[in-house]
Amino acid sequence: MGEASVEHTHGHHMDPVVEYKSSKLGMWLFLGTEILLFGGLFAAYAIFRAKYPEMFFEQHVELNKKLGAVNTCILIFSSLTMAMGVSAIQRGKQKATAILILITILCGLAFGVVKYFEYSAKFHHHIYPDTSIFFSLYFMMTGLHMLHVFIGLAILAVIMVLTLKGKFTAKYNTPVEVGGLYWHLVDLIWIYLFPLLYLIG
Amino acid sequence: MANHTIAHDVYVPFLEKKGILSWILSTDHKRIGIMYLISISFFFLVAGVFALLLRYELLTPTSDFVQPHTYNVFFTLHGSIMVFFFIVPGLAASFGNFLIPLMIGAPDVAFPKLNLGSYWIYLLGTVIVLIALAKPADTGWTFYTPYSATTNTDVVMITLGVFVLGFSSILTGLNFIVTIHKMRAPGMTWHRLPLFIWASYATAVLQLLATPVVGITLLLLIMERTLGVGFFDPAKGGDPILFQNFFWFYSHPAVYIMIIPAMGVISEIIPVFARKPIFGYKAIAYSSLGIAFISFLVWAHHMFTSGISDTAATIFSFLTFLVAIPTAIKVFNWTATLYKGSIHLHSAMLYALAFVFLFTIGGLTGLFLGALASDIHLHDTYFVVAHMHYVMIGGTVMGFFGALHFWFPKWFGKMFNETVAKIAWLFIFIGFNVTFFPQFFLGVQGMPRRYATYPAEFESLMSLSTYGSWILGFGIFIMTINLIAGLINGEKAPQNPYGSLSLEWQVPSPPPLENFEEIPHVTDWTYGYGKKK
Repeated sequence: MGEASVEHTHGHHMDPVVEYKSSKLGMWLFLGTEILLFGGLFAAYAIFRAKYPEMFFEQHVELNKKLGAVNTCILIFSSLTMAMGVSAIQRGKQKATAILILITILCGLAFGVVKYFEYSAKFHHHIYPDTSIFFSLYFMMTGLHMLHVFIGLAILAVIMVLTLKGKFTAKYNTPVEVGGLYWHLVDLIWIYLFPLLYLIG
Repeated sequence: MANHTIAHDVYVPFLEKKGILSWILSTDHKRIGIMYLISISFFFLVAGVFALLLRYELLTPTSDFVQPHTYNVFFTLHGSIMVFFFIVPGLAASFGNFLIPLMIGAPDVAFPKLNLGSYWIYLLGTVIVLIALAKPADTGWTFYTPYSATTNTDVVMITLGVFVLGFSSILTGLNFIVTIHKMRAPGMTWHRLPLFIWASYATAVLQLLATPVVGITLLLLIMERTLGVGFFDPAKGGDPILFQNFFWFYSHPAVYIMIIPAMGVISEIIPVFARKPIFGYKAIAYSSLGIAFISFLVWAHHMFTSGISDTAATIFSFLTFLVAIPTAIKVFNWTATLYKGSIHLHSAMLYALAFVFLFTIGGLTGLFLGALASDIHLHDTYFVVAHMHYVMIGGTVMGFFGALHFWFPKWFGKMFNETVAKIAWLFIFIGFNVTFFPQFFLGVQGMPRRYATYPAEFESLMSLSTYGSWILGFGIFIMTINLIAGLINGEKAPQNPYGSLSLEWQVPSPPPLENFEEIPHVTDWTYGYGKKK
């Protein structure tokens, strides 16, 4: 081991192919744990729905289907722009990537704004997390999802800045792809939450 | 096995750099392993002191040392700190971190920075729990609702701390899985992997699959206390049994997060000191995965008396017995490895033998608790306490001590005093049995756990158990002093003092910065002892 390799910092000695494969495997595993985290809530939903079918039927109509649908469209669209961003950086188009990620971020923010109006309307009608089991579930599930949206936005913001700084190229774009995977998960979970909470009566 | 040495003129041991920053900002898996080792050992001693305190209260039938509330705090802190700070992250994080890259021939784990992050998240979790000590919880380590949702002690902080620790556990497990999948040296096929790696892999899978569920459970408990959601509160239409289902869906697999790495350690120690190839390599390797899988199907055996249906209880009882199969496979294979071996009773080997002996008792008494009829009688008695400690101390802690003595020369490049180590082992082994064996009798006679006082007729067994705890504490004290003394002025350790064949012993002690001068080529499995090379 020569002088140069003694100075070597850790973590930068991996074969780029191994690093890419490792990062992707790592992110997929992490997404699995996220699904399991929500899995607890989905289990609670299934149990309480079976236990109190009337409550679920009567109270789900209080939720605003239109706003929910708008948010669903916004998130699905943002997943599209994210996928296009990943595809763009793989072809080395840094500027296009940054713009597409920016659109994704704006969609995420719009989702948050809509959610803010939904929550305020609920509070206005004196509906809180402790109102009933159904609304406990509603606030816990959408709240935890919202938290994931914010985390996703923070990740995307960092990736956008790094893209603008030219850190990513057609050859090295693992963080963009992995960040994109995370954003797709946020979208995916919402696609389950929307029908479960808003649509099924 | 690849013959691999590093010329001494260019070899820089990983302990070379000094200064606190070179530690707390290090992404070197070996240093992170040591930081975990120091942290978990500290919490082990703290939790051990609580154990001594609560045993001291039980010396006499009346509550004359502390009041029952304080006693509740003692056993909550003993259990929570032991389980969440020491025994769950314990072996997996400290020895896993240190050994996995060395054993598979990799320069580091797959995500070194994430690894450092996991450590700091672990420390953050412990700090949050320490803040909660101002008004410590009295719920026991299981945080059962509805009591945990209504007691006026600080349950939120301690569960939040455990939630954060869970994150650390998930990230560590994730890192290890990716490392084992992607970073193995050329020639290190799955069937050549050391058994400790198989064990770590199974543990990591459990960490990844079980921990998120306890995460959401604790989050829901926190929300019950802060926002008033009522998933677990019968008054609001919720169901406290749901909490128990969620909790044990994690915590039963967590039992195996605690024990499987120790089994991995034993599988490393026994063939080295018996000088024989391990018997039934594949069976041991796959039984780790088998235990991991079955552990997800048995959680409701903690709830036989909670009012679940007879059908469910019968099924869970049957599934529980299935765990005995892969576990027994391991025990029989270790025994077969010892058979006609050339056994050398090094202190690490003594701990390994203690493991096999005590863990077998712990495992067999588990059958009494897994069987419906006997569990109804034994549930929440001292029998459970004894069983659990035979598995946790007799198993995991013996494995941990064995690992400490086995890899000590490799970590630090120093030797400890072997005679003192054996004396300490004797105290620990005797003290442990004197402490916990009487508790089986207490439990069978119906003494419930978690009471600060007890009927006078139990006094002889109870005080015997307390005396045992002093012998055990004394043994651990000697062991600690001996290891610290070895660390400060022990003799210099050779590269491979026990003649082991696995990769971590083929580099100098302590290992160099990036483990291997060049990545080794592996040509044989790790356990070819006694064969001509």
